[in-house]
Amino acid sequence: MYVAGVGLTKIDEHWWTSLEYLMTEASLKALDDSGISRVESIYVGSMLSPILQEQSHLGALLAEELGLSGIPAIGVEAASASGAAAVYAGAREIESGRANAVLVVGVDKMSDGMSEEVTAAMMSSERQEYVGFIGATFYSINALIYSLYMDRYNVGQEKIALFPVLCHEHAVNALHAQYPFKIKLETVLNSPYISEPLRRFETTAIADGAAALILVNEETAKKLDVPKTELIIEASTDYLTPFQREDPLWFPAIQLATSKALSRAKLERQDIKILELYDSTSIIAIISLESSGFAERGKAWQLLERGELGLSGALPCNTFGGLKARGHPAGATAVYQIAELHLQLTHRAGKNQVDSAETGLAQSLGGVASTAFTTILKEV
Amino acid sequence: MFRIKIPRYWRHKDFRYRLNAWKCIHCGETHFFKPLICRKCRSREFSRVSLPETGKLLAYTVVRSPPEGFEAQSPYIIGFIELDDGTRILGQLTDCYPEELKQGMRVEATLRKIREDEEDKIIAYCYKFRPKI
Amino acid sequence: MVRMNSVVIVGYGGYVPRYRIKSEEIARIWGRDRSELPVEEKAVAGLDEDTITMAVEAARIAIKRAGISPSRIGAVHVGTESKPYAVKPSGTIVAEAIGAAPRVTAADFEFACKAGTEALQFITSLVDAGRIEYGLAIGADTAQGRPGDALEFTAACGAAAFIIGRNKNEGIAEIEAWTSYVTDTPDFWRREYERYPHHTARFTGDPAYFHHIVNSVKNLLENDGYTLNDIDYAVFHQPNVRFPLVAARLLGIDLEKTKFGMVVGHIGNTYAASSLLGLVKVLDQARPGQRILLASFGSGAGSDSYIIRVLEGIESKRSLAPTLDKFIERKTYIDYAIYAKHRKKILM
Repeated sequence: MYVAGVGLTKIDEHWWTSLEYLMTEASLKALDDSGISRVESIYVGSMLSPILQEQSHLGALLAEELGLSGIPAIGVEAASASGAAAVYAGAREIESGRANAVLVVGVDKMSDGMSEEVTAAMMSSERQEYVGFIGATFYSINALIYSLYMDRYNVGQEKIALFPVLCHEHAVNALHAQYPFKIKLETVLNSPYISEPLRRFETTAIADGAAALILVNEETAKKLDVPKTELIIEASTDYLTPFQREDPLWFPAIQLATSKALSRAKLERQDIKILELYDSTSIIAIISLESSGFAERGKAWQLLERGELGLSGALPCNTFGGLKARGHPAGATAVYQIAELHLQLTHRAGKNQVDSAETGLAQSLGGVASTAFTTILKEV
Repeated sequence: MFRIKIPRYWRHKDFRYRLNAWKCIHCGETHFFKPLICRKCRSREFSRVSLPETGKLLAYTVVRSPPEGFEAQSPYIIGFIELDDGTRILGQLTDCYPEELKQGMRVEATLRKIREDEEDKIIAYCYKFRPKI
Repeated sequence: MVRMNSVVIVGYGGYVPRYRIKSEEIARIWGRDRSELPVEEKAVAGLDEDTITMAVEAARIAIKRAGISPSRIGAVHVGTESKPYAVKPSGTIVAEAIGAAPRVTAADFEFACKAGTEALQFITSLVDAGRIEYGLAIGADTAQGRPGDALEFTAACGAAAFIIGRNKNEGIAEIEAWTSYVTDTPDFWRREYERYPHHTARFTGDPAYFHHIVNSVKNLLENDGYTLNDIDYAVFHQPNVRFPLVAARLLGIDLEKTKFGMVVGHIGNTYAASSLLGLVKVLDQARPGQRILLASFGSGAGSDSYIIRVLEGIESKRSLAPTLDKFIERKTYIDYAIYAKHRKKILM
């Protein structure tokens, strides 16, 4: 199964643009990129549209906006990994032989909500009757994990906060990034607390964006004279509340999804040359690195410090800025991650190009790794 | 506006008022809400338990960016507590200032207001934890 | 009034919130004279506290001391003038929170500052009549003082709870006798949609507080054949530090006997909890065989008075839960701005 086209909108607060418009824009870009004008089905991933836009039924809506009414079109949801869930659904349809070409879109428009509304809406990935009920925000859960992590492994915040600094460096030349500028470590460490010890610059901002992929089968891929990559996607789940797991500082869902994907792709970890991590907060990125086996427990910060995750390092990570600097429009983000890997592997990454990359891996998370998707792309 | 939905609030008052929960008879896993099948071992038999009211504070954080419905209380403290029977639970911490909190300190459950609906004024009560007296 | 058959206190508990505001601070805001302040400081409820949460705190302490399963409590009555809902009894939420629901009767009582002993009247009667095995009587208030008014110095927050049963063997203290003295005396009132009460300044003294307490106590002592020598402790309703001492003097009671039950100087007037918290304080230190005179006062007006005799059971049960002093000593001072925020005096 192949990615034959991608479309990305710039991530920003798009005051004058609606959710419908954004997802249509990304879809058309992807269709144009692939040279295909009609697909056989559509999957739309969105986390917040039923809450912030009070809009469900995005599948049929997008089909109409694209002049494709009549084809099956379905909304897919897995909290912040909704975009990956849409990719998963579309991929399975291609793999099962039921469709030749599928459009997969991730979209969310967070700026339609006020800050407190968005904070509340983002809590919908946690157990509402337990965690949501007491006002424990997504960031407070992350903060507790951060606290426990620093304590257990005796790692200082200044080590972990290097991750957003790295992300911003990579975003400087990214055309679609929300924050294309560098930041210093001091800026991160001095930014106000969102929920101690988590600082504002270790979290993501309200963002609007839509990203789309065209997935095709082998037969269709052969007929298309466009850049392509091969895609494999696997998924896993875990308890919604990290504190009910055996170890809150370990993400088994990531471990499982990653091993499944590597195994299906017939690859070893060392074969992965480019990485997209889901840094909804700095500490999640750190633990993700460890849980997917790219670093030893408690030691992921060393990769950062040694520069291994930079564009010229051994394992370039978040090459367009990741969630922090490229942006995190909730359900859309996973599709951005995969699209960016596709751009890298088809040598269209501009100033961010990592030449040596032949295979890339993207991790997309719902909540605090309660759902984990691992997508592997291979150059063809 | 994030309204308090009355049936949802009322349905779980045993847990929220008295820390009543369920334990899997087979593996001992705690479930806060009435389960049909154990999330850990998939057994289907449970016993009703009253969780202990005391425990120790494992970690805490101060929420400074509140969600809708919690603006008036902000900033407030969320704690991660291990109750005396090993059950791990999240709860707001009250009757304390962040500077006074220490990892490992003894805390006890108490009933407090967690929210008040802005429109219909229903008051939602819930367990919170405070430094043990 | 008739002597009761056998009504004993099997558990008791008192609760005071953590925060305090000094009278000096209130005087500073309103430009009042700092000499002759009615109390040193008063207790202020936290942002997440109300009459119900405090009632539950006190009730849980009483249950710890009683050592009974809460499902055996057949009645939960809360006396308060600051119930969170005008319609929806605090008693139902308290009953659920302590595990007494659903086989229980529950409701709220109002009689200004004597609502707590009002609840006690009713609970003792239910137990005495054999209608229930155990009952829970609570006095609790988050009293509001009109900003700038004399009562703002004293209007405070607190709760006291008593579990009543029939079995002397389980008893901490026995309620030997009680009486009530009630008249229509409009010394202090609040109409339904008003935020703050009205009071009649000096009229609240002789015709109200003193008239009712003195007559109630005199009736009790005379009718039930007690003399002042029978009394070891005298606990009165405590609107300020002076009134209880004057009441004692009017009744000829040695001032030493009032000392142990005085809490108002440290926590203010906790309204429906006031005299009951004084009783809690005394029970925290009284010895078996000693007798306590308790006289509440509620505006409107009336006074309930009781003779309570301490039993052997007190020694072992007292230590099962924190004493009232633990709560009184647990304090943090707040300024007027934080106080105004806590007590929702700021217009939003």
